[in-house]
Amino acid sequence: MSEAVKAVESEVEGGNRLSAFAKREIGRVLALGSLVVIFIFFTIMRPVFASWENVSGGILMSTTVIGLLAIGTTFVIITGGIDLSIGTATALVAIIVGKTVMALDLGVVSGMIVGVVVGGLVGVINGLLITVLKLPPFIATLATMKAAQGLALIVSDMKPVLFTTDVKGWDSIAQGNLIPKIPNGVLILFVGAIIAAIILNKTVIGRYTFAIGSNEAATKLSGVKVNNWLVAIYGLGGLYVGMAAVVLTSRLGSARPDLGLGYELEAIAAVIIGGTSLLGGKGTISGTIIGALIMAVLVNGLRILELQQEWQYVITGIVIVIAVWGDNVRRRRAGETS
Amino acid sequence: MATTQLLSLTGVSKEFPGVKALNNVRFDLNEGEVHAIVGENGAGKSTLMKILSGIYKKDTGDIVYKGNHVNVSSPLEAQKLGISIIHQELNLMPDLTVAQNIFIGREDRRKGRVFLDNAKLNKAAKELLDELELVLDPKQIVGELTIAKQQMVEIAKAVSYRGQVIIMDEPTSSLTPSETEALFKIIRTLKAAGKGVVYISHRLEELSKITDRITVIRDGEYVKTLTTTETSIPEVISLMVGRKVDQDQRPEARPLSNEIVLKVEGISDLNLLRDVSFDLRKGEILGFAGLMGAGRTELARALIGADPKTAGKIFLHGNEIKIKNPSDAVKAGIGYLSEDRKKYGLLLIQNITFNVILSSIPSFSNKFGFLKTKPAGSIVRDVIKKLSIRTPSENQYVKNLSGGNQQKVVIAKWLTRDCEILIFDEPTRGIDVGAKDEIYKLLTKLASEGKAIIMISSELPEILRMSDRIAVMCEGKLTGIIDNKDADQNKIMQYATKFRD
Repeated sequence: MSEAVKAVESEVEGGNRLSAFAKREIGRVLALGSLVVIFIFFTIMRPVFASWENVSGGILMSTTVIGLLAIGTTFVIITGGIDLSIGTATALVAIIVGKTVMALDLGVVSGMIVGVVVGGLVGVINGLLITVLKLPPFIATLATMKAAQGLALIVSDMKPVLFTTDVKGWDSIAQGNLIPKIPNGVLILFVGAIIAAIILNKTVIGRYTFAIGSNEAATKLSGVKVNNWLVAIYGLGGLYVGMAAVVLTSRLGSARPDLGLGYELEAIAAVIIGGTSLLGGKGTISGTIIGALIMAVLVNGLRILELQQEWQYVITGIVIVIAVWGDNVRRRRAGETS
Repeated sequence: MATTQLLSLTGVSKEFPGVKALNNVRFDLNEGEVHAIVGENGAGKSTLMKILSGIYKKDTGDIVYKGNHVNVSSPLEAQKLGISIIHQELNLMPDLTVAQNIFIGREDRRKGRVFLDNAKLNKAAKELLDELELVLDPKQIVGELTIAKQQMVEIAKAVSYRGQVIIMDEPTSSLTPSETEALFKIIRTLKAAGKGVVYISHRLEELSKITDRITVIRDGEYVKTLTTTETSIPEVISLMVGRKVDQDQRPEARPLSNEIVLKVEGISDLNLLRDVSFDLRKGEILGFAGLMGAGRTELARALIGADPKTAGKIFLHGNEIKIKNPSDAVKAGIGYLSEDRKKYGLLLIQNITFNVILSSIPSFSNKFGFLKTKPAGSIVRDVIKKLSIRTPSENQYVKNLSGGNQQKVVIAKWLTRDCEILIFDEPTRGIDVGAKDEIYKLLTKLASEGKAIIMISSELPEILRMSDRIAVMCEGKLTGIIDNKDADQNKIMQYATKFRD
């Protein structure tokens, strides 16, 4: 083959890649575009909205917990599953971390490790219910959701666990500034997102996450131990629940057994707004982060416009409809079948 | 017989983003006629049928139905006109009864009526079934029926709209020969009643039995309309593919190795399989013939650990191995290519590379679990070239490939995994004639490279053309293994019905 032909071929291939890239990425580009438009809208309405203080302390900081939950649950949703337990599991992990840290006088690092490990265990339990007892993910995680809610109340004796000043620096987990002007909680969210994106796109577990969500039966017949990987994937989601619980306690200075219920739906909403398919097989971490930010920007902006919280809920609902409907229209136009 | 034209389509074109699916196609249908549309996969048959049944909108063209220009804008519109379609994938509700399925959406909803009148529904269904001479109980739950009976329900449903045109898309693809005969009887009843049937099938040998005319389309273009009595299967095939394809071949004699790769002893399962034993040699194609339900797919699935075995031993190169799940089978170098590629073989929404490396991901990753995408890319490009998979690039989504190329992607997956034993279950089901030939060549090539191949097939010409030896099953038992040179269709059928009479 002559060099000229080769060059042409590689160019054609490059072109294909580019158009494939454009096709693949357009959903996220649109989501990001909407985020920017919403942001600009609120800035015009109230310039204070765009101040760094509001952006970091208001918008980004309020995204940390839901954002971390959403990152973990993106994996689960890409497998075609769902995890309803992440909200109340956050409360349970928070209580366990609080009790352990106070009782054993643990430091920041050991406390964080306890949180992540306990969160991971809850995820593993979900995974085992789904693979060993063969419960549908919706039912398995509905059960753990209720159980975790109860256990959080039992373990805490229905009282918040306060992180007294004995635990030096617990508040700095979320509120300190390792990097000037950026709260640590926000740093944790973005580092967590980058790690998740790498795991999802560059590693074996990420690849199997997509494979299982695309076609579980075919994946199994290809020799993949689907059940083992599912337990690992739910466990991975649990690690992010643990991290979210730690950040939450650090922000509040306490662990409350009643806080967390409902977080799961906000996290799932963020994942869906970010373009991940509930049918499985498709999804991105960056989309999830954009989805979480869209919700946070809306809540924050509407609050600054002094709109009542009731209306914030209604508007969030409308945004979910618009986001998913818009994505459907786009896919249909592009001739994609989902 | 005076023929009245029922339907005619002229100058129909349809474009999808980037693809001209149909270009100036025509087709007509008379009363009391069975008119086949044939063409390779991707020729545009389904698109044409979807336009006719209102699922797609045509870009240009004219549809005349019973002398009137019509615009079939939706499936409901088609139904009102009297055009019904029976899809290849049956669209029944498995938990409802036969009668409920037939009349779904048309229950009696007179004013003041609150409850459904099942008795009346059943009576109406019974009359309809009698009219079509179908032996079905209106009260039976559809999910409990065989595929063939379910298809009869679909036909009854189509007829119940009192339509004049019934489109059947691959109606025999999952029927046994005797069930196919039963279907033909129903089609003849419909003909006699003056209905027009549009018949789509890959099984060309059926066309001479049931159709009056055959329209061939190729690459979205109209080729020719033939009168069935004046043509032959080879002519149809050559029009379809634009060249001649051999129908009645036997394999070239290959020197057979004596090396036994796989030895299977006494496999049984819970329901069907009883004491199945055979040897598989290096470089051979062992065909598995038998009627539907003989247990061939069940044997394959038990072998690879997809379904449980109750007894039996498996030896690989003389050493006993335990296969408890598909992962064990893949580790032992056994790859299974299911008859239902889309359900059990492919990740349709992922690209070719993803599918090809799926079984070999451990060898494309380092010890920390990171994927090595560069070597994967070059290996996938090589295998695309080796199997001549037609695709713009390795990043193409598998759902956009034709059936033949999808099958090659599954083959590529197992070659990349370096499987020594390949089990093909109906390797050419749903694949058009031209691509079939390619798959046959590929199988022969794989065998001559030393792969040991098990090929399950319900098409006897395929079995005779490909297999070095032919294992025949009947009702879960292996009834005989015949050398190809001693085999013919009669002999195979004798073994295949051994325990029936």
